[in-house]
Amino acid sequence: MTTSGEPASAQAPAPSGEPPALEVEDLWARLSGHEILRGVSFSVAAGSLTGLIGENGAGKTTLLRAILGLLPISSGEVRVARGHLGRRSIGYVPQKVVLDPDLPVRARDLVELGADGRRLGIPMRSSAKRAFVDQLLQAVDASHLADARVGALSGGEQQRVLIAHALASQPELLLLDEPLASLDPRSTQETASLLGRIARERKVGVLLSTHDINPLLPVMDRVVYLAAGRAVSGRTEEVVRSDVLSALYHHHVDVFHAHGRVLVSVGEEEGEQGCERGPDDCADPQSASVENAVAGPPRAATVAGPGRP
Amino acid sequence: MSILHAIFQPGLFSNSSVQDAAIVGAVVALVCAPVGVFTVVRGQSFAGHAFADITATGGSAAFLLGVSPLLGFVVMALAGASATELLGTERQRGRDLATGVVLGAGLGLSALLLYLTTTTQSTTGAAVTVLFGSIFAVSTSTLPLVIGFGVSALFLVGLVYRPLLLSSINPDLASAQGLGHRAVGLIYMVSLALSVALSALTIGAILSTALLIGPAATALRLAKSPGRAIACAALIGVAATWAGIVLAYDSYNWPPAQQGWPVSFFVVSLVLAAYLLAQLTGRRARQGQAQ
Repeated sequence: MTTSGEPASAQAPAPSGEPPALEVEDLWARLSGHEILRGVSFSVAAGSLTGLIGENGAGKTTLLRAILGLLPISSGEVRVARGHLGRRSIGYVPQKVVLDPDLPVRARDLVELGADGRRLGIPMRSSAKRAFVDQLLQAVDASHLADARVGALSGGEQQRVLIAHALASQPELLLLDEPLASLDPRSTQETASLLGRIARERKVGVLLSTHDINPLLPVMDRVVYLAAGRAVSGRTEEVVRSDVLSALYHHHVDVFHAHGRVLVSVGEEEGEQGCERGPDDCADPQSASVENAVAGPPRAATVAGPGRP
Repeated sequence: MSILHAIFQPGLFSNSSVQDAAIVGAVVALVCAPVGVFTVVRGQSFAGHAFADITATGGSAAFLLGVSPLLGFVVMALAGASATELLGTERQRGRDLATGVVLGAGLGLSALLLYLTTTTQSTTGAAVTVLFGSIFAVSTSTLPLVIGFGVSALFLVGLVYRPLLLSSINPDLASAQGLGHRAVGLIYMVSLALSVALSALTIGAILSTALLIGPAATALRLAKSPGRAIACAALIGVAATWAGIVLAYDSYNWPPAQQGWPVSFFVVSLVLAAYLLAQLTGRRARQGQAQ
């Protein structure tokens, strides 16, 4: 199996026919002597949301940092759409941003720095700037938080302000590193649908990494599944399948669908679980969820079935 | 009226060393406000204190050579800043250890220089002036230097204000915008060194972080935005130094020796009082919100 699966060619045009915001071609990258990415290829269309799925250590953060240009790549190519200023325009929300409660920084200050954080000199007030910041905060449902200290906000609220900060440079591509980690179930769902809405309404290509695929199912256009530095990409139903993931992991992988959630179970050894012939042969999917390494603990069926409204 | 007379004693406003002190105090407080706010936000108070200790070495050397202590303060603070940047490990712990070792060596050297000064020259009080400072001892000829260094520090902080603020909030957010930490960090270090040196001149080398950190830490309790925090720190700093000058002038009639109490004591006490007050009102406000 190639790194870009047959049913999931990286160069397949996006359903919307939008130009790509990001194209990654045969990307190799190493980190302190270890080959972290081994020929990763995929693309993200403008106005679409792509989930970058993989366990801890699969190379998600390395891939995002390589796209940002913060990490030298060994070979391959990363093409990012040029923004209105002709500069590579990428918005980025890093993993686990810790904002101290004592920081004398309001939500609106942080969003403003997203637009002009590179500029020299002391910022001047202007009504145009204020309106721009207000409009971004409104886009992430955070208008009421504008004058609150960022450090005093909840995890979900901080995440939304950070998304507005990342959007302030008016990027063509928005990268988010585990934005759903350590959020409560309700904020997880809200953030996921907010990102889907931002992708469509602002015509931004959104690529976010997560170890749990489920919150993204209702909003995700495509998926990039990463394991040990290799990736398959395509539409969710093309990639999240037992045969495709088994080839990626070089292990037998079971994929179960239950109550609108996906459970991906990577066995230690092939055939260990006794339902190696596929999900249809496994009598009780719930019992298999104990083995589930990727999809997280089962929650109440808050996730509607796959497919966007 | 008599209370006002008791506080603002006759001759206060016409005394030329009081006038000089008031100008120096205002300049130093205004420079320390933005630099102090960034220092507190970046969590580099220890680096600030280390520079302060190292400036003592420069001050002692200046006494021995017979040049203005401010020059000694500035030269050593800048040397300390470049040493820290050169050692500059990425890890917080490694940086703290390196800073600790360097500042220990600096104070040791300072002990030798002060010993040499007091034994070879008949100056008494060099140690007290270097370590605990006296804003009244600043000569009028030093004023242009004070203002020059102050304006340079303010210019540097103003120049990199936004990149510095972003990297102080979160270095990852800054590098996502393609900002290198190195250049911005170096410019910040230079302005930190300049403000520590100026502060050392005002309240002494080992107390100088009090004027840098105290008003800024107080401002962080009171103000919500970076601009307001800096304005607030400037206000507290100027108020504390000016009130300290007035109190020190009053203290000339105080026991035991009727020679006046050290002005640094008053400034540092007032800064501490402001901090405690802000802490109390902040807690009360938070409790009020909870109810």
